[in-house]
Amino acid sequence: MFQLGIAETARQLAARAFSAVELTQHFLDRIRRHNARLNAIITLDEARSLAAARTADEHIARGKAGSLTGIPILHKDIFCANGWRTACGSRMLENFVAPYDAHVVSRLEAAGTVILGKTNMDEFAMGSSNETSWFGPVRNPWRTSAVPGGSSGGSAAAVAARLALAATGTDTGGSIRQPAALSGVCGLKPTYGVASRYGMIAFASSLDQAGPIATSAQDLALMLNAMAGFDARDSTSLERAAEDYARDLERPLRGLRIGLPKEFFSDAVQPEVAAAVEAAIGEYRRLGATSVEVSLPNMHLSIPVYYVLAPAEASSNLARYDGVRYGYRADAFDDLVDMYERTRAEGFGAEVKRRIMIGTYVLSHGYYDAYYLKAQKIRRLIATDFARAFEQCDVIMGPTSPTTAFELGSRTSDPVQMYLSDIYTIAVNLAGLPGLSIPAGFDAAGLPVGLQSIGNYFAEARLLNVAHQYQRATDWHRRVPADFAG
Amino acid sequence: MALAIDDVRRVAQLARLRIEDAQAAPMLAELNTILHLIGEMQAVDTSGVEPMSHPRDVAQRLRADEITEPDRRAALLALAPRAEAGLYLVPKVIE
Repeated sequence: MFQLGIAETARQLAARAFSAVELTQHFLDRIRRHNARLNAIITLDEARSLAAARTADEHIARGKAGSLTGIPILHKDIFCANGWRTACGSRMLENFVAPYDAHVVSRLEAAGTVILGKTNMDEFAMGSSNETSWFGPVRNPWRTSAVPGGSSGGSAAAVAARLALAATGTDTGGSIRQPAALSGVCGLKPTYGVASRYGMIAFASSLDQAGPIATSAQDLALMLNAMAGFDARDSTSLERAAEDYARDLERPLRGLRIGLPKEFFSDAVQPEVAAAVEAAIGEYRRLGATSVEVSLPNMHLSIPVYYVLAPAEASSNLARYDGVRYGYRADAFDDLVDMYERTRAEGFGAEVKRRIMIGTYVLSHGYYDAYYLKAQKIRRLIATDFARAFEQCDVIMGPTSPTTAFELGSRTSDPVQMYLSDIYTIAVNLAGLPGLSIPAGFDAAGLPVGLQSIGNYFAEARLLNVAHQYQRATDWHRRVPADFAG
Repeated sequence: MALAIDDVRRVAQLARLRIEDAQAAPMLAELNTILHLIGEMQAVDTSGVEPMSHPRDVAQRLRADEITEPDRRAALLALAPRAEAGLYLVPKVIE
Protein backbone atom coordinates (compact mmCIF):
# COMPACT_ATOMS: atom_id res chain seq x y z
CA MET A 1 0.00 0.00 0.00
CA PHE A 2 2.88 2.38 0.77
CA GLN A 3 4.48 2.06 -2.66
CA LEU A 4 1.54 3.08 -4.84
CA GLY A 5 2.19 6.82 -5.18
CA ILE A 6 -0.48 9.50 -4.94
CA ALA A 7 -2.24 9.07 -8.28
CA GLU A 8 -2.70 5.29 -7.93
CA THR A 9 -3.65 5.58 -4.26
CA ALA A 10 -6.34 8.14 -5.14
CA ARG A 11 -7.70 5.77 -7.80
CA GLN A 12 -7.85 2.87 -5.32
CA LEU A 13 -9.50 5.06 -2.68
CA ALA A 14 -12.14 6.05 -5.23
CA ALA A 15 -12.62 2.37 -6.16
CA ARG A 16 -12.96 1.50 -2.43
CA ALA A 17 -10.03 -0.95 -2.61
CA PHE A 18 -9.26 0.41 0.88
CA SER A 19 -10.58 3.28 2.97
CA ALA A 20 -8.79 6.48 3.91
CA VAL A 21 -8.89 5.32 7.54
CA GLU A 22 -7.17 2.02 6.59
CA LEU A 23 -4.61 3.93 4.56
CA THR A 24 -3.88 6.40 7.36
CA GLN A 25 -3.63 3.59 9.89
CA HIS A 26 -1.22 1.79 7.57
CA PHE A 27 1.10 4.81 7.48
CA LEU A 28 0.77 5.48 11.21
CA ASP A 29 1.79 1.85 11.79
CA ARG A 30 4.79 2.32 9.51
CA ILE A 31 5.76 5.47 11.39
CA ARG A 32 5.49 3.67 14.72
CA ARG A 33 7.67 0.86 13.40
CA HIS A 34 10.34 2.86 11.58
CA ASN A 35 10.55 6.44 12.80
CA ALA A 36 12.62 5.79 15.92
CA ARG A 37 15.59 4.85 13.71
CA LEU A 38 15.26 8.03 11.65
CA ASN A 39 13.91 10.76 13.97
CA ALA A 40 12.26 12.17 10.85
CA ILE A 41 8.89 12.93 12.45
CA ILE A 42 8.77 14.90 15.69
CA THR A 43 5.04 15.46 16.25
CA LEU A 44 2.19 12.97 15.86
CA ASP A 45 -1.50 13.19 16.74
CA GLU A 46 -2.97 9.85 15.69
CA ALA A 47 -6.53 10.60 16.84
CA ARG A 48 -6.56 13.78 14.80
CA SER A 49 -5.09 12.08 11.71
CA LEU A 50 -7.70 9.32 11.91
CA ALA A 51 -10.51 11.85 12.36
CA ALA A 52 -9.33 13.62 9.18
CA ALA A 53 -9.26 10.23 7.43
CA ARG A 54 -12.85 9.53 8.51
CA THR A 55 -13.91 12.87 7.05
CA ALA A 56 -12.10 11.93 3.83
CA ASP A 57 -14.01 8.64 3.70
CA GLU A 58 -17.29 10.53 4.08
CA HIS A 59 -16.34 12.82 1.22
CA ILE A 60 -15.46 9.84 -0.95
CA ALA A 61 -18.74 8.12 -0.06
CA ARG A 62 -20.71 11.22 -1.02
CA GLY A 63 -18.81 11.61 -4.30
CA LYS A 64 -17.19 14.81 -3.09
CA ALA A 65 -13.56 13.72 -3.23
CA GLY A 66 -10.97 16.35 -4.21
CA SER A 67 -7.69 15.67 -5.98
CA LEU A 68 -5.93 14.59 -2.77
CA THR A 69 -8.81 13.36 -0.61
CA GLY A 70 -7.54 10.85 1.92
CA ILE A 71 -3.87 11.18 0.87
CA PRO A 72 -1.65 11.03 3.99
CA ILE A 73 1.10 13.65 4.02
CA LEU A 74 3.56 15.22 6.45
CA HIS A 75 4.30 18.89 6.98
CA LYS A 76 7.74 20.30 7.59
CA ASP A 77 7.63 21.80 11.07
CA ILE A 78 8.20 25.27 9.61
CA PHE A 79 4.53 25.43 8.53
CA CYS A 80 2.02 26.64 11.07
CA ALA A 81 -0.86 24.15 11.30
CA ASN A 82 -3.71 25.17 13.56
CA GLY A 83 -3.63 23.20 16.81
CA TRP A 84 -0.36 21.42 15.95
CA ARG A 85 2.86 22.05 17.82
CA THR A 86 5.01 24.05 15.36
CA ALA A 87 8.58 24.20 16.68
CA CYS A 88 10.65 24.93 13.54
CA GLY A 89 13.42 22.70 14.88
CA SER A 90 14.09 25.14 17.72
CA ARG A 91 14.01 25.19 21.48
CA MET A 92 12.64 28.71 21.03
CA LEU A 93 9.33 27.27 19.78
CA GLU A 94 9.47 23.89 21.52
CA ASN A 95 6.02 24.40 23.09
CA PHE A 96 4.45 26.67 20.48
CA VAL A 97 1.06 25.45 19.26
CA ALA A 98 0.17 27.34 16.09
CA PRO A 99 -3.08 29.32 16.33
CA TYR A 100 -3.67 29.36 12.56
CA ASP A 101 -2.92 27.52 9.31
CA ALA A 102 -0.26 28.46 6.80
CA HIS A 103 -1.72 29.11 3.34
CA VAL A 104 -0.04 25.97 2.02
CA VAL A 105 -1.49 23.91 4.88
CA SER A 106 -5.02 25.20 4.34
CA ARG A 107 -4.75 24.64 0.59
CA LEU A 108 -3.64 21.03 1.09
CA GLU A 109 -6.39 20.51 3.65
CA ALA A 110 -8.98 21.89 1.22
CA ALA A 111 -7.68 19.39 -1.36
CA GLY A 112 -8.46 16.60 1.14
CA THR A 113 -5.06 15.54 2.50
CA VAL A 114 -4.71 13.87 5.89
CA ILE A 115 -1.91 15.27 8.08
CA LEU A 116 0.11 12.43 9.63
CA GLY A 117 2.44 14.71 11.59
CA LYS A 118 5.23 17.28 11.47
CA THR A 119 8.75 16.59 10.29
CA ASN A 120 12.10 17.37 11.88
CA MET A 121 14.27 20.05 10.26
CA ASP A 122 17.37 22.14 10.78
CA GLU A 123 16.68 24.89 13.31
CA PHE A 124 14.79 27.70 11.54
CA ALA A 125 15.77 25.93 8.28
CA MET A 126 19.43 26.90 8.76
CA GLY A 127 21.50 23.89 7.84
CA SER A 128 22.28 21.37 5.13
CA SER A 129 22.37 18.16 7.17
CA ASN A 130 19.48 18.32 9.65
CA GLU A 131 22.03 18.32 12.47
CA THR A 132 21.16 21.77 13.85
CA SER A 133 17.71 20.67 15.06
CA TRP A 134 16.94 21.05 18.78
CA PHE A 135 15.14 17.70 18.40
CA GLY A 136 18.29 15.85 17.35
CA PRO A 137 19.58 14.87 13.92
CA VAL A 138 17.58 12.98 11.29
CA ARG A 139 19.21 9.87 9.86
CA ASN A 140 19.33 8.83 6.22
CA PRO A 141 17.18 5.74 5.46
CA TRP A 142 19.80 4.50 2.99
CA ARG A 143 22.49 4.49 5.70
CA THR A 144 21.56 5.57 9.18
CA SER A 145 25.09 6.77 10.00
CA ALA A 146 24.71 9.39 7.25
CA VAL A 147 22.77 12.66 7.15
CA PRO A 148 19.58 13.01 5.05
CA GLY A 149 20.56 16.52 3.92
CA GLY A 150 18.76 19.63 5.07
CA SER A 151 17.03 21.67 6.01
CA SER A 152 13.92 19.67 4.99
CA GLY A 153 15.74 16.50 6.12
CA GLY A 154 12.83 15.03 8.06
CA SER A 155 10.46 15.41 5.12
CA ALA A 156 12.96 13.85 2.68
CA ALA A 157 13.89 10.95 4.98
CA ALA A 158 10.25 10.21 5.81
CA VAL A 159 9.23 10.11 2.14
CA ALA A 160 12.30 7.99 1.29
CA ALA A 161 11.32 5.48 4.01
CA ARG A 162 7.72 5.59 2.68
CA LEU A 163 6.33 6.89 5.98
CA ALA A 164 4.01 9.19 3.98
CA LEU A 165 3.08 9.58 0.32
CA ALA A 166 4.45 13.11 0.24
CA ALA A 167 5.64 15.93 2.46
CA THR A 168 5.98 19.68 2.32
CA GLY A 169 9.35 21.37 2.40
CA THR A 170 10.85 24.83 2.08
CA ASP A 171 13.85 25.87 0.06
CA THR A 172 15.86 29.03 0.80
CA GLY A 173 19.23 27.88 -0.60
CA GLY A 174 18.57 24.25 -1.52
CA SER A 175 16.61 22.94 1.46
CA ILE A 176 14.15 20.91 -0.65
CA ARG A 177 16.43 19.81 -3.50
CA GLN A 178 19.58 18.89 -1.53
CA PRO A 179 17.83 16.60 1.02
CA ALA A 180 15.74 15.13 -1.81
CA ALA A 181 19.01 14.28 -3.59
CA LEU A 182 20.77 12.89 -0.52
CA SER A 183 17.70 10.85 0.51
CA GLY A 184 16.83 9.53 -2.96
CA VAL A 185 13.45 11.22 -3.47
CA CYS A 186 11.99 13.97 -5.67
CA GLY A 187 11.73 17.60 -4.59
CA LEU A 188 10.59 20.76 -6.34
CA LYS A 189 11.28 24.39 -5.49
CA PRO A 190 8.83 26.53 -7.46
CA THR A 191 9.46 29.98 -8.91
CA TYR A 192 9.70 32.52 -6.07
CA GLY A 193 6.18 33.83 -5.41
CA VAL A 194 4.23 30.80 -6.71
CA ALA A 195 3.44 29.35 -3.25
CA SER A 196 2.43 31.70 -0.46
CA ARG A 197 4.81 32.24 2.44
CA TYR A 198 1.90 33.07 4.80
CA GLY A 199 2.24 30.97 7.94
CA MET A 200 5.63 29.61 6.89
CA ILE A 201 8.05 30.66 9.62
CA ALA A 202 10.30 33.24 7.98
CA PHE A 203 14.04 32.69 7.49
CA ALA A 204 15.17 34.79 4.48
CA SER A 205 12.02 36.29 3.02
CA SER A 206 13.38 37.24 -0.40
CA LEU A 207 14.48 33.61 -0.97
CA ASP A 208 12.12 31.33 1.02
CA GLN A 209 9.80 29.22 -1.10
CA ALA A 210 7.58 26.24 -0.26
CA GLY A 211 7.46 23.10 -2.39
CA PRO A 212 6.62 19.40 -2.36
CA ILE A 213 8.74 16.30 -1.70
CA ALA A 214 7.41 12.99 -3.09
CA THR A 215 8.53 9.79 -4.79
CA SER A 216 7.72 10.77 -8.40
CA ALA A 217 7.44 13.84 -10.63
CA GLN A 218 3.78 13.00 -11.16
CA ASP A 219 3.14 13.17 -7.41
CA LEU A 220 5.06 16.46 -7.18
CA ALA A 221 2.71 17.88 -9.83
CA LEU A 222 -0.39 16.78 -7.90
CA MET A 223 0.98 18.29 -4.68
CA LEU A 224 2.01 21.55 -6.37
CA ASN A 225 -1.46 21.89 -7.91
CA ALA A 226 -2.80 22.11 -4.37
CA MET A 227 0.02 24.20 -2.86
CA ALA A 228 0.41 26.93 -5.49
CA GLY A 229 -1.77 29.98 -5.86
CA PHE A 230 -2.04 33.67 -5.13
CA ASP A 231 -2.49 34.76 -1.53
CA ALA A 232 -3.02 38.41 -0.62
CA ARG A 233 -1.54 37.73 2.84
CA ASP A 234 1.95 37.27 1.35
CA SER A 235 3.11 40.58 -0.11
CA THR A 236 5.48 38.78 -2.51
CA SER A 237 2.89 36.27 -3.75
CA LEU A 238 2.45 36.58 -7.52
CA GLU A 239 -0.98 37.20 -9.01
CA ARG A 240 -1.22 34.61 -11.76
CA ALA A 241 -3.96 32.41 -13.16
CA ALA A 242 -4.04 28.91 -11.64
CA GLU A 243 -2.38 26.26 -13.76
CA ASP A 244 -2.41 22.47 -13.96
CA TYR A 245 1.19 21.47 -13.31
CA ALA A 246 0.45 17.93 -14.56
CA ARG A 247 -0.72 19.11 -17.98
CA ASP A 248 2.54 18.43 -19.82
CA LEU A 249 3.65 15.22 -18.08
CA GLU A 250 3.11 13.04 -21.16
CA ARG A 251 4.67 15.45 -23.66
CA PRO A 252 7.50 13.76 -25.63
CA LEU A 253 10.99 15.19 -25.10
CA ARG A 254 12.01 15.26 -28.77
CA GLY A 255 13.74 18.57 -29.40
CA LEU A 256 14.32 19.40 -25.73
CA ARG A 257 17.51 21.47 -25.40
CA ILE A 258 19.45 20.75 -22.21
CA GLY A 259 21.98 23.33 -21.06
CA LEU A 260 24.97 21.97 -19.18
CA PRO A 261 26.78 24.74 -17.27
CA LYS A 262 30.49 24.05 -17.31
CA GLU A 263 30.65 25.41 -13.74
CA PHE A 264 28.48 22.43 -12.59
CA PHE A 265 30.93 19.83 -13.83
CA SER A 266 34.16 20.78 -12.07
CA ASP A 267 36.62 18.67 -10.10
CA ALA A 268 34.65 19.50 -6.94
CA VAL A 269 32.05 16.90 -7.90
CA GLN A 270 32.40 13.39 -6.45
CA PRO A 271 33.25 11.22 -9.51
CA GLU A 272 30.32 8.83 -8.93
CA VAL A 273 27.93 11.80 -8.83
CA ALA A 274 29.35 13.14 -12.08
CA ALA A 275 29.08 9.68 -13.68
CA ALA A 276 25.43 9.26 -12.64
CA VAL A 277 24.52 12.72 -13.90
CA GLU A 278 26.26 12.07 -17.22
CA ALA A 279 24.43 8.75 -17.55
CA ALA A 280 21.14 10.58 -16.95
CA ILE A 281 22.00 13.12 -19.67
CA GLY A 282 22.70 10.13 -21.93
CA GLU A 283 19.22 8.76 -21.16
CA TYR A 284 17.74 12.15 -22.09
CA ARG A 285 19.57 12.05 -25.43
CA ARG A 286 18.01 8.64 -26.07
CA LEU A 287 14.63 10.25 -25.32
CA GLY A 288 15.27 12.82 -28.06
CA ALA A 289 16.93 15.69 -26.21
CA THR A 290 20.05 17.54 -27.30
CA SER A 291 22.58 19.21 -25.03
CA VAL A 292 24.60 22.40 -25.26
CA GLU A 293 27.31 23.76 -22.99
CA VAL A 294 26.31 26.98 -21.25
CA SER A 295 28.07 29.16 -18.70
CA LEU A 296 27.05 30.78 -15.44
CA PRO A 297 30.21 32.85 -14.92
CA ASN A 298 29.10 34.43 -11.62
CA MET A 299 27.92 31.20 -10.01
CA HIS A 300 30.97 30.99 -7.74
CA LEU A 301 29.72 34.20 -6.11
CA SER A 302 26.40 32.67 -5.10
CA ILE A 303 27.65 31.37 -1.75
CA PRO A 304 29.21 34.70 -0.65
CA VAL A 305 26.08 36.57 -1.79
CA TYR A 306 23.80 34.09 -0.05
CA TYR A 307 25.72 34.33 3.23
CA VAL A 308 25.11 38.07 3.24
CA LEU A 309 21.46 38.16 2.14
CA ALA A 310 20.15 35.15 4.07
CA PRO A 311 21.72 36.03 7.46
CA ALA A 312 20.77 39.71 7.04
CA GLU A 313 17.14 38.83 6.42
CA ALA A 314 17.24 36.17 9.14
CA SER A 315 18.61 38.57 11.73
CA SER A 316 15.65 40.83 11.04
CA ASN A 317 13.05 38.03 10.91
CA LEU A 318 14.31 36.37 14.08
CA ALA A 319 14.25 39.63 16.07
CA ARG A 320 10.63 38.73 16.94
CA TYR A 321 11.75 35.96 19.31
CA ASP A 322 12.03 38.02 22.46
CA GLY A 323 10.40 35.85 25.11
CA VAL A 324 7.45 38.22 25.46
CA ARG A 325 4.59 37.20 23.17
CA TYR A 326 5.20 33.49 22.51
CA GLY A 327 7.89 30.87 22.64
CA TYR A 328 10.68 30.30 25.10
CA ARG A 329 11.58 32.66 27.95
CA ALA A 330 14.67 32.27 30.15
CA ASP A 331 13.95 31.36 33.77
CA ALA A 332 16.22 33.86 35.48
CA PHE A 333 17.20 37.40 34.44
CA ASP A 334 17.95 40.82 35.93
CA ASP A 335 15.94 43.21 33.76
CA LEU A 336 14.16 43.45 30.39
CA VAL A 337 17.30 43.58 28.23
CA ASP A 338 18.84 40.74 30.22
CA MET A 339 15.63 38.77 29.67
CA TYR A 340 15.87 39.29 25.89
CA GLU A 341 19.56 38.38 25.80
CA ARG A 342 19.28 35.25 27.95
CA THR A 343 16.09 34.11 26.23
CA ARG A 344 17.75 34.34 22.82
CA ALA A 345 21.06 32.85 24.03
CA GLU A 346 19.25 29.83 25.51
CA GLY A 347 16.49 29.52 22.90
CA PHE A 348 18.66 29.58 19.75
CA GLY A 349 21.30 27.02 18.77
CA ALA A 350 24.84 27.72 17.56
CA GLU A 351 24.16 27.93 13.80
CA VAL A 352 21.20 30.27 14.23
CA LYS A 353 23.27 32.53 16.49
CA ARG A 354 26.12 32.55 13.98
CA ARG A 355 23.77 33.71 11.24
CA ILE A 356 22.08 36.31 13.43
CA MET A 357 25.53 37.68 14.29
CA ILE A 358 26.63 37.83 10.63
CA GLY A 359 23.33 39.38 9.61
CA THR A 360 23.38 41.96 12.37
CA TYR A 361 26.95 42.90 11.47
CA VAL A 362 26.36 43.32 7.73
CA LEU A 363 23.29 45.47 8.42
CA SER A 364 24.95 47.54 11.15
CA HIS A 365 25.69 51.22 10.74
CA GLY A 366 28.07 51.97 7.88
CA TYR A 367 28.17 48.48 6.36
CA TYR A 368 24.88 48.28 4.46
CA ASP A 369 26.28 49.40 1.09
CA ALA A 370 29.40 47.25 1.32
CA TYR A 371 27.49 44.08 2.11
CA TYR A 372 23.73 43.96 1.63
CA LEU A 373 23.52 46.32 -1.34
CA LYS A 374 26.61 44.82 -2.95
CA ALA A 375 25.12 41.33 -2.56
CA GLN A 376 21.84 42.45 -4.13
CA LYS A 377 23.75 43.78 -7.13
CA ILE A 378 25.68 40.56 -7.61
CA ARG A 379 22.38 38.73 -7.20
CA ARG A 380 21.23 40.49 -10.36
CA LEU A 381 24.42 39.45 -12.19
CA ILE A 382 23.70 35.83 -11.26
CA ALA A 383 20.08 36.13 -12.47
CA THR A 384 21.34 37.68 -15.72
CA ASP A 385 23.68 34.70 -16.24
CA PHE A 386 20.66 32.38 -16.12
CA ALA A 387 18.69 34.60 -18.51
CA ARG A 388 21.56 34.38 -21.03
CA ALA A 389 21.83 30.61 -20.60
CA PHE A 390 18.10 30.18 -21.23
CA GLU A 391 18.52 31.85 -24.63
CA GLN A 392 20.30 28.64 -25.66
CA CYS A 393 18.36 25.93 -23.83
CA ASP A 394 14.99 24.94 -22.34
CA VAL A 395 16.27 23.42 -19.13
CA ILE A 396 19.59 23.45 -17.26
CA MET A 397 20.85 20.21 -15.75
CA GLY A 398 23.59 19.17 -13.39
CA PRO A 399 24.18 17.56 -10.01
CA THR A 400 21.98 18.72 -7.14
CA SER A 401 24.82 18.31 -4.65
CA PRO A 402 28.55 17.80 -5.23
CA THR A 403 28.53 14.67 -3.05
CA THR A 404 26.19 11.95 -1.87
CA ALA A 405 25.09 11.87 1.77
CA PHE A 406 27.96 12.46 4.22
CA GLU A 407 28.42 10.95 7.66
CA LEU A 408 26.78 12.52 10.69
CA GLY A 409 29.21 14.86 12.44
CA SER A 410 31.68 14.97 9.55
CA ARG A 411 31.05 18.64 8.65
CA THR A 412 29.66 20.18 11.83
CA SER A 413 32.97 21.62 12.99
CA ASP A 414 33.44 23.70 9.83
CA PRO A 415 30.47 25.91 8.90
CA VAL A 416 31.97 26.94 5.56
CA GLN A 417 32.51 23.32 4.50
CA MET A 418 28.83 22.69 5.33
CA TYR A 419 27.76 25.74 3.31
CA LEU A 420 29.50 24.32 0.23
CA SER A 421 26.95 21.46 0.17
CA ASP A 422 24.59 23.95 -1.46
CA ILE A 423 26.96 25.21 -4.16
CA TYR A 424 24.67 24.02 -7.01
CA THR A 425 21.36 24.98 -5.50
CA ILE A 426 21.82 28.47 -4.03
CA ALA A 427 22.12 30.35 -7.33
CA VAL A 428 18.63 29.10 -8.27
CA ASN A 429 17.12 30.74 -5.16
CA LEU A 430 19.03 33.95 -5.81
CA ALA A 431 17.59 34.12 -9.33
CA GLY A 432 14.14 33.02 -8.07
CA LEU A 433 13.91 30.21 -10.65
CA PRO A 434 12.17 26.83 -10.28
CA GLY A 435 14.42 23.83 -9.65
CA LEU A 436 13.82 20.15 -9.15
CA SER A 437 15.86 17.17 -7.97
CA ILE A 438 15.11 13.55 -8.87
CA PRO A 439 16.99 10.32 -8.11
CA ALA A 440 19.42 9.33 -10.88
CA GLY A 441 21.45 6.44 -9.50
CA PHE A 442 23.65 5.45 -6.59
CA ASP A 443 27.28 5.69 -5.57
CA ALA A 444 29.42 2.64 -4.75
CA ALA A 445 28.27 2.76 -1.13
CA GLY A 446 24.63 2.54 -2.20
CA LEU A 447 23.80 6.18 -1.47
CA PRO A 448 21.50 8.01 -3.89
CA VAL A 449 22.57 10.65 -6.42
CA GLY A 450 20.28 13.56 -7.32
CA LEU A 451 19.90 15.10 -10.77
CA GLN A 452 18.96 18.78 -10.69
CA SER A 453 16.90 20.42 -13.42
CA ILE A 454 16.47 24.18 -13.46
CA GLY A 455 13.79 25.90 -15.53
CA ASN A 456 13.03 29.42 -16.58
CA TYR A 457 10.48 31.42 -14.55
CA PHE A 458 7.13 29.57 -14.28
CA ALA A 459 8.46 26.52 -16.17
CA GLU A 460 7.36 24.12 -13.39
CA ALA A 461 5.08 22.11 -15.74
CA ARG A 462 7.96 21.70 -18.20
CA LEU A 463 10.39 20.62 -15.45
CA LEU A 464 7.86 18.05 -14.22
CA ASN A 465 7.38 16.83 -17.79
CA VAL A 466 11.14 16.44 -18.20
CA ALA A 467 11.39 14.53 -14.90
CA HIS A 468 8.34 12.35 -15.59
CA GLN A 469 9.62 11.23 -19.00
CA TYR A 470 12.92 10.19 -17.39
CA GLN A 471 11.00 8.31 -14.70
CA ARG A 472 9.00 6.43 -17.35
CA ALA A 473 12.30 5.19 -18.79
CA THR A 474 14.13 4.46 -15.51
CA ASP A 475 13.28 3.09 -12.07
CA TRP A 476 15.67 4.89 -9.71
CA HIS A 477 12.74 6.67 -8.09
CA ARG A 478 11.02 3.38 -7.27
CA ARG A 479 13.91 2.03 -5.19
CA VAL A 480 13.10 1.79 -1.49
CA PRO A 481 15.86 1.60 1.16
CA ALA A 482 16.14 -2.07 2.15
CA ASP A 483 15.54 -1.55 5.88
CA PHE A 484 12.25 0.22 5.16
CA ALA A 485 10.88 -1.96 2.35
CA GLY A 486 8.89 -4.21 4.70
CA MET B 1 37.73 43.16 6.93
CA ALA B 2 38.35 41.04 10.04
CA LEU B 3 36.45 41.54 13.29
CA ALA B 4 38.04 41.95 16.73
CA ILE B 5 36.69 40.61 19.99
CA ASP B 6 35.09 43.96 20.85
CA ASP B 7 33.15 43.86 17.56
CA VAL B 8 31.73 40.48 18.56
CA ARG B 9 30.50 41.95 21.85
CA ARG B 10 29.05 45.02 20.12
CA VAL B 11 27.22 42.98 17.47
CA ALA B 12 25.95 40.53 20.10
CA GLN B 13 24.54 43.47 22.02
CA LEU B 14 22.81 44.80 18.89
CA ALA B 15 21.39 41.33 18.27
CA ARG B 16 20.30 40.95 21.92
CA LEU B 17 22.29 37.74 22.23
CA ARG B 18 24.11 37.10 25.49
CA ILE B 19 27.59 35.76 24.73
CA GLU B 20 29.58 34.33 27.63
CA ASP B 21 33.27 35.30 27.75
CA ALA B 22 34.35 31.75 26.92
CA GLN B 23 32.19 31.77 23.77
CA ALA B 24 33.46 35.07 22.37
CA ALA B 25 36.79 33.83 20.99
CA PRO B 26 35.43 30.77 19.14
CA MET B 27 32.57 32.94 17.81
CA LEU B 28 35.11 35.50 16.59
CA ALA B 29 37.04 32.86 14.68
CA GLU B 30 33.88 31.47 13.05
CA LEU B 31 32.57 34.88 12.07
CA ASN B 32 35.91 35.85 10.54
CA THR B 33 35.95 32.65 8.48
CA ILE B 34 32.50 33.49 7.14
CA LEU B 35 33.42 37.15 6.52
CA HIS B 36 36.47 35.96 4.60
CA LEU B 37 34.15 33.87 2.40
CA ILE B 38 31.83 36.85 1.92
CA GLY B 39 34.80 39.10 1.12
CA GLU B 40 35.09 37.49 -2.30
CA MET B 41 32.25 39.83 -3.35
CA GLN B 42 34.33 42.97 -2.98
CA ALA B 43 36.46 42.19 -6.06
CA VAL B 44 33.41 42.26 -8.35
CA ASP B 45 32.71 45.41 -10.39
CA THR B 46 29.03 46.19 -9.82
CA SER B 47 29.01 49.78 -11.07
CA GLY B 48 25.74 50.52 -12.84
CA VAL B 49 24.07 47.28 -11.66
CA GLU B 50 20.59 47.66 -10.15
CA PRO B 51 20.22 45.83 -6.83
CA MET B 52 17.72 42.94 -6.99
CA SER B 53 15.33 42.47 -4.07
CA HIS B 54 12.52 40.46 -5.72
CA PRO B 55 13.34 38.01 -8.52
CA ARG B 56 10.39 39.31 -10.57
CA ASP B 57 11.06 42.94 -9.61
CA VAL B 58 7.56 43.14 -8.17
CA ALA B 59 6.85 46.12 -5.93
CA GLN B 60 5.12 45.66 -2.59
CA ARG B 61 1.39 45.39 -3.14
CA LEU B 62 -0.87 47.83 -1.33
CA ARG B 63 -4.27 46.92 0.07
CA ALA B 64 -7.24 48.86 1.31
CA ASP B 65 -6.86 50.10 4.89
CA GLU B 66 -9.51 47.81 6.34
CA ILE B 67 -9.70 45.58 9.40
CA THR B 68 -9.12 42.05 8.15
CA GLU B 69 -8.25 40.16 11.34
CA PRO B 70 -10.82 39.11 13.91
CA ASP B 71 -10.21 39.75 17.62
CA ARG B 72 -8.28 36.73 18.89
CA ARG B 73 -6.79 38.37 21.94
CA ALA B 74 -7.43 35.51 24.38
CA ALA B 75 -6.07 32.81 22.06
CA LEU B 76 -2.95 34.81 21.26
CA LEU B 77 -2.29 35.89 24.85
CA ALA B 78 -2.51 32.23 25.87
CA LEU B 79 0.71 31.67 23.88
CA ALA B 80 2.68 34.15 25.98
CA PRO B 81 5.18 32.91 28.58
CA ARG B 82 3.50 35.29 31.07
CA ALA B 83 0.30 37.25 30.68
CA GLU B 84 -2.16 38.71 33.12
CA ALA B 85 -5.34 40.79 32.87
CA GLY B 86 -5.07 40.91 29.08
CA LEU B 87 -1.48 42.17 29.14
CA TYR B 88 1.97 40.71 28.45
CA LEU B 89 4.09 40.67 31.59
CA VAL B 90 7.75 41.74 31.39
CA PRO B 91 10.27 42.90 34.01
CA LYS B 92 9.72 46.42 35.27
CA VAL B 93 11.34 49.02 32.93
CA ILE B 94 10.46 52.25 34.78
CA GLU B 95 11.33 52.65 38.45
